[in-house]
Amino acid sequence: MDFLKIQPIHLDVLREIGNIGAGHAATALSTMLNKAVDMKVPSVNVISFEEISEMVGGAENVVASVFLRIVGDAPGCMFFMLPVEQAEQLLEDLLVGQTVNLSSGDESDIALSALQEVGNILSGSYLTSFSDFTGLNLQPSVPATSIDMAGAILSFGLFEISAVSDYAIVIDTAFTDIERQDEVKGHFFLLPDPLSFSKIFHALGVPLDE
Amino acid sequence: MSEIIKVGIADINIVSPPNTIRTTGLGSCVGVILFDQVKKIAGMAHIMLPDSSLSKTPTLNEGKYADTAIKSLYDMLIKSGANGKGLKAKIAGGAQMFKFTSGSEMMRIGPRNVERVKEELSSLKIPLLASDVGGSSGRTIEFNPENTVLTIKTVNAGTKVI
Repeated sequence: MDFLKIQPIHLDVLREIGNIGAGHAATALSTMLNKAVDMKVPSVNVISFEEISEMVGGAENVVASVFLRIVGDAPGCMFFMLPVEQAEQLLEDLLVGQTVNLSSGDESDIALSALQEVGNILSGSYLTSFSDFTGLNLQPSVPATSIDMAGAILSFGLFEISAVSDYAIVIDTAFTDIERQDEVKGHFFLLPDPLSFSKIFHALGVPLDE
Repeated sequence: MSEIIKVGIADINIVSPPNTIRTTGLGSCVGVILFDQVKKIAGMAHIMLPDSSLSKTPTLNEGKYADTAIKSLYDMLIKSGANGKGLKAKIAGGAQMFKFTSGSEMMRIGPRNVERVKEELSSLKIPLLASDVGGSSGRTIEFNPENTVLTIKTVNAGTKVI
């Protein structure tokens, strides 16, 4: 994968994947919570490993995350990540009447299971529209959850990439509550494996110049 | 005035008192510290992958792989006046951040990193004095070359020193 061959059109195509995918996920989230959820314009960046952590408040910042591997025609990694307080808020909205504490280390099984299910539904709708849009066969693995340092979690998604490059292409979409626009609820990170890019570009009719 | 020297992902750096050296957010990555207690000089590498044979890049980033990072950290310390025979090691990291039922090799990257680091240390005859590896927690580590204490902070399991 040669990043130098990437043209602005390719970044636009990736941004559109983020747009459509996260758009569907936002709709699913909005239905689950029964309130409006807004999303920001996706950003697509070629960034160093250090900078990925910076996007979620630094390597040491504690976040709640759901991770899954994408298998099929264009393998990759997907993360749904949100600040711990936001995750608690989200789960309290879902598990009506319960107080959710994710930061203590003795978080309840039902809260973790609910978080995993939220991640599952959201990433499932993201992935389905990604698959429909590109015509590629893509399936999610069973999701896994972790509440820990952002850097430690994200580096897990970088192994395929790190053998090939010191940089990753990250498609990031941030969510906000429609009533509190400044408050970011969560991030979707899509990190295709290096070999997947040419397949994605080819499927969408903008192959890289060989 | 003491400073904290930062070590990024796939990065290597060295330190001497009164400064300390630190790396943040180790997941399945491993932080390797080599130190000369007499000369009071130490270095840290933040490795991501077990072996440089995995590399598919035209230029090798030595800090990324256990085998090359430890050798190059060793050379840096010797050049800065450390005594090769007096070097000792401490390591931390190699966690499994996510648990999957499918036991794919990629998911075992933490334990593989730790194994490779230990092999490399023993081939260079560097004694491993202490380690805090495995588990499922991210770690932030800081080493003080003055007293050779390694402080390990985690989100879920508190702080400990080795």
